[in-house]
Amino acid sequence: MRLLEIRNLHVCLPEGSERAHAVEAVDLDLAPNEILCIVGESGSGKSLTARAVMGLLPKPHVRVVDGTIEMDGEDLVSASDARMRDIRGSAISMIFQEPMTALNPVMSIGDQIDEVFRFHVSMGRRERRERALALLEDVHLPDPEYIMRAYPHELSGGQRQRAMIAMALALDPKILIADEPTTALDVTTQAQILKLIKEMQAAHNTGVLFITHDFGVVADIADRVAVMQFGKLVETGTADEVLNNPRHPYTQALIAAVPSLTPRPPRGQSAQPVLQIDSLIKTFRSGGGILGFGGGERIVKAVDDVTLELRRGETLGIVGESGSGKSTVARCIVRLVDADSGRILLNGTDLNGLGRAEMRPFRSSIQMMFQDPFASLNPRTRVGKIIMQGPLLQGVPATEAQAKARELLSIVGLDDRAYDRFPHEFSGGQRQRIGIARALALDPDVLVADEPVSALDVSIQAQILKLLDEIRERMSLSMIFITHDLRVAAQVCDRLAVMRNGEIVETGATAEVFKDPQASYTKELLAAVPGQNWRSA
Amino acid sequence: MSQTAKRLRYVLKRLLQALPIILAIIIVNFFLLHMAEGDAVDVLAGEAGSATPEYMAELRKKFGLDQPLPVQLLVYLKNVITLDLGYSFRHDMPVLDLVLDRFVPTLLLMVSTIILAVGVGIILGLLAATGLNSWRDTLISVFALVTYATPLFWVGLMFIVVFALNLGWFPTSGMENIAMFYEGWDRYWDIAHHLVLPTITLSLFYLALYTRLMRASMLEQAGMDYVTTARAKGLTERRIMFVHVLRNALLPVVTMAGVQVGALIGGSVIVESVFAWPGLGMLAFESLFARDVNLLLGIFLLSAMLVVAVNLIVDIIYSWLDPRIEVE
Repeated sequence: MRLLEIRNLHVCLPEGSERAHAVEAVDLDLAPNEILCIVGESGSGKSLTARAVMGLLPKPHVRVVDGTIEMDGEDLVSASDARMRDIRGSAISMIFQEPMTALNPVMSIGDQIDEVFRFHVSMGRRERRERALALLEDVHLPDPEYIMRAYPHELSGGQRQRAMIAMALALDPKILIADEPTTALDVTTQAQILKLIKEMQAAHNTGVLFITHDFGVVADIADRVAVMQFGKLVETGTADEVLNNPRHPYTQALIAAVPSLTPRPPRGQSAQPVLQIDSLIKTFRSGGGILGFGGGERIVKAVDDVTLELRRGETLGIVGESGSGKSTVARCIVRLVDADSGRILLNGTDLNGLGRAEMRPFRSSIQMMFQDPFASLNPRTRVGKIIMQGPLLQGVPATEAQAKARELLSIVGLDDRAYDRFPHEFSGGQRQRIGIARALALDPDVLVADEPVSALDVSIQAQILKLLDEIRERMSLSMIFITHDLRVAAQVCDRLAVMRNGEIVETGATAEVFKDPQASYTKELLAAVPGQNWRSA
Repeated sequence: MSQTAKRLRYVLKRLLQALPIILAIIIVNFFLLHMAEGDAVDVLAGEAGSATPEYMAELRKKFGLDQPLPVQLLVYLKNVITLDLGYSFRHDMPVLDLVLDRFVPTLLLMVSTIILAVGVGIILGLLAATGLNSWRDTLISVFALVTYATPLFWVGLMFIVVFALNLGWFPTSGMENIAMFYEGWDRYWDIAHHLVLPTITLSLFYLALYTRLMRASMLEQAGMDYVTTARAKGLTERRIMFVHVLRNALLPVVTMAGVQVGALIGGSVIVESVFAWPGLGMLAFESLFARDVNLLLGIFLLSAMLVVAVNLIVDIIYSWLDPRIEVE
């Protein structure tokens, strides 16, 4: 029996877009008690397929132009607005990627769940409240009474997503659509949420349409998999078929691009340290205020007594979840943030405490690469100038800097024409290449990369990692690589430092940390990586 | 601690914090006013026509104007603490009585203007945003643009010409019809009748501003993720607009309104003179030309306290609208 049948679905894009259809000739089936994963990179049309099922396409420019979506024999494409409102939230419900923005910030969780009941069934106030409390209990939220009264900002990311799930399951829907529900969460939270979705789906016999870009998650959760590229379905099959024996070249390429969890063999390295970080401490204070009227001061120890050593030519990974202080360490090293105490020794010189002018000669030795390729390049400056600015400030003659910028563009694999263009004309991966070129323009000894690939699609991610590898060899760079993704860390880093709550809980050679983790937190992190049993080779 | 006790503590704390601010305002104003050439004695002597230098020196001594400035300031501060704002020689009355007398009309005009501007602005913005690009939206946007661009004094004069002189619906000026000796409800009704034209005139500009702000804010919020969630829950468009979007969209409007209350006192000078409304703005204007420093300082002090109070009220409304803002 089929719960959902999508036949020949076409969703059009506004006129003048890159392609005419966001979704083209897609056929999908979903059975009860089944998890169907739709996998694809950004722009593949996977999210719009889900929105089409919900009747939530951004009309009038993006709409279904052809095909049918049938739920239990009822066509949803031609259903009236009123009928679709009935269906949404009761027969089909949805959870989203970012639970912070997906919940109304000025409405309590209890009220937001209550709305679902109020608009779909007639129930007394007390009964609705009891049902909501039971739901919160079902998704294993602690203290449901408190959660009912709480506002979204008072919960953690994982708790918010649990509340979202409770809301989606309020009326026992036949179909649950999950649009990248764990992408914004930390890896340990992700593992818990995936477990919860599986548990709920089994208990309620729900058909789940799970949209994701992460093959690890697919391996953990999917019964069947559909792979999309440029709006078309390229391959469907059982999870086992698609993951272990992909037939379509695109699927094969995607799976090949997923970094393996097996650390690569360590490289020979020198013992000579380039950068030593000694008892670094950074505390953030907020609140307080003049004359002591400001009320309670909040103190956060972002970096708590961190000692690290970066050897010449190696890549040191700092891994940890959000809030662990890994980015603050990076910012202290490049002196974007002033540490409270501790020493940052670059080839023996302590950088911490140097003034602006004293710091300038050392700036070129340490360069940084940022996570978000869209926000980290000035949109009003041409690419060539972005790359040249550093050397020009350091006193390099303009013609020399220009020649160097052009050379760097070719090194990072960009066309020479890129020199006169603006950042918005490039894709995310290309912008990250520009970011690399900018960092390299000053011939740094040390490159600090803060989550350089986490905003990128998996195939682009593989290319950027490969490029970083080549450059590291060619320029004998030492690199500090900050990431939350243990798969990436396994493929890039020679040594690892695991951070939690501002402290380093474990350091060691990557292979050793993966094989025999010492700290319990490291074990927890490793256990939470999705898709471990798949492709362990 | 309960929410009410928390709020109360917050209010007390904010009032305490306001003290140094008000003190600073007094000191700055004091020196600013004394930087201007001439004093009350010059004006008095000029009007009398035949004052000798000896007589002027005597007057200065009598008013305490011969003392060095810091001494004058200290004397003034000491008096303010005992609620003695000095004496206006121009009006021959204690400043406190004079200012309090004019304070009520100003407050009346201000409060009615704010309520009208914010209330109608929010409704118009809401109507425009819900009927985006329809004739309703166009009409409201054009209205907002026109009122935004029209000078206040001209609107006031036209209102008098049309509604007071030609149609005779409203009185031309003043706050009440003193000659009628109204009492009780009749008097309130009379004042309300007088209040209509000045309030509309003063609020038009702000109304246009809040309409545009509200429209933009509604449209911005309508594109947020939580709106998609609300749709995915199967709520009606009505519920989404009026419950989910509206409350979030109100936040910037409230912020803006709080900031502009101060400007409203300044803007009211024009309206008060056009409609002969006996408010603080008019008084300030007159006393500026008479070099009546004591009276001016009194008006500034009261205005400063008013702005501090309004900011506090806005912050409390804000914390009530937005749970992310905590009062502590």
